[in-house]
Amino acid sequence: MTETRDIVIPGEILGDLKEKKSGYGTFSEDEKIISKFLGIPKDSSGFLSVVPLSGVYIPRRQDKIIGFIISIEKVGWIVDINSPWSAFLSLSEAVDEFVDFKRTDIRRFYDTGDIIYAQVSDVRGSDVQLSMKTPIARKLRDGVTIKITPSKVPRLIGKEGSMINTIKEKTKTIIRVGQNGVVWISGEKVNKAIRAIKLIEEKSHIIGLTDEITKLLSD
Amino acid sequence: MGMKTDEKLIVKGKRLDGRKPDEIREIEMKVGVIPNANGSAQVRFGNTIAIAGVYGPRPLFPKHRQESDRAIIQCRYNMAPFSVEERVRPGPSRRAVEISKVTRLALEPALFLKDYPEMVVDVYIEILQADGSTRVTGINAASLALADAGVPMKDLVVALSGGKIDDTIIIDLCGKEDNYSEADIPIAFLPRKKEITLLQMDGQLTPQEIKDILKNILKTGETVYKKQKEVLKKKYEK
Repeated sequence: MTETRDIVIPGEILGDLKEKKSGYGTFSEDEKIISKFLGIPKDSSGFLSVVPLSGVYIPRRQDKIIGFIISIEKVGWIVDINSPWSAFLSLSEAVDEFVDFKRTDIRRFYDTGDIIYAQVSDVRGSDVQLSMKTPIARKLRDGVTIKITPSKVPRLIGKEGSMINTIKEKTKTIIRVGQNGVVWISGEKVNKAIRAIKLIEEKSHIIGLTDEITKLLSD
Repeated sequence: MGMKTDEKLIVKGKRLDGRKPDEIREIEMKVGVIPNANGSAQVRFGNTIAIAGVYGPRPLFPKHRQESDRAIIQCRYNMAPFSVEERVRPGPSRRAVEISKVTRLALEPALFLKDYPEMVVDVYIEILQADGSTRVTGINAASLALADAGVPMKDLVVALSGGKIDDTIIIDLCGKEDNYSEADIPIAFLPRKKEITLLQMDGQLTPQEIKDILKNILKTGETVYKKQKEVLKKKYEK
């Protein structure tokens, strides 16, 4: 059997509120810190937190995400961000030049079905705003997209990008990972890269995963 | 409950299926049985099989049903037409609507619905095979499916049924016992703090008998809870 990380279930007591602080994925009750999710517990600088193993994507400000344009409004676009809510990308946040929207069809910039790499600029309840005014934001052309569990995105990227860079190098692909769990891949050995990503999603809780991925890729 | 029978339901301290009065049936649990759902689980108590799927949190329509400060939970309990000997007429019946509602109320206290305003968590419970205690089996399956879906929870929900036949207090009724018992009580609770979220009763019991059944169920529920814990962790420990 392979070595796995500890897994906690909802309602499991993680520690005492007198010694630690309650972080993400936990709540406190009767001086105890308790897990909210089925996930992997973490202890960083006095904060006990739980990284869920499943769940939907909840947008946060500054997140870099991959979205699909699903419809066009008068002054912007509605974007599917693989979350319970859809996001809005307004014309002023998307295009630098002056656009007279009464005369131009804004399909010129983004049309339905386009894939964009954008940043979440604001979240107010169910109202999510996107922005393309960051250097990394762009329209993604060609390539394929797959979806993984959003909470496993950090694992896919690895420490300082170690995991994702290995995959990129070995399969000669360009990969972009959105924090909403959408991954965009383009390049030579796309199928191999997809296999590796799926393996990471499946076995994200196993210690020594990087070696296993390196082995899979060098075959 | 209610029907009369000449058959002896308890012979020499043993029940119809050879169990002791305070013994539960064989339990089998599986998590992640529906790939399309966000979370799912199948639970078997003896011959009773329930399967539950959880979808969401997702946006709720029509909009007037949305709550601006919290998510709502929608439950559907349904018996498959082939689940019992005589075919069940498909579609919601009076009984199914009632059980859907009590299931919803049993699950609600365990969830952090305030984390997802204006959304809905859909819980669908199908009874594939019915042999007594279907609602508690359904609640157990729903609890596992919710945890599997990554919905934030205070605790898992454990449910068990108790009852009385021939003046003996029993636990986890099977179909026949359910039909001929003097009383039956389905109970659901949150095991960490022993908070009871479902308590119904059909039949007649003395206050002391109710206390005994409750005590029995809270004690035996620990085994069910342990099993739930095990199966959730096992999904990721391959």
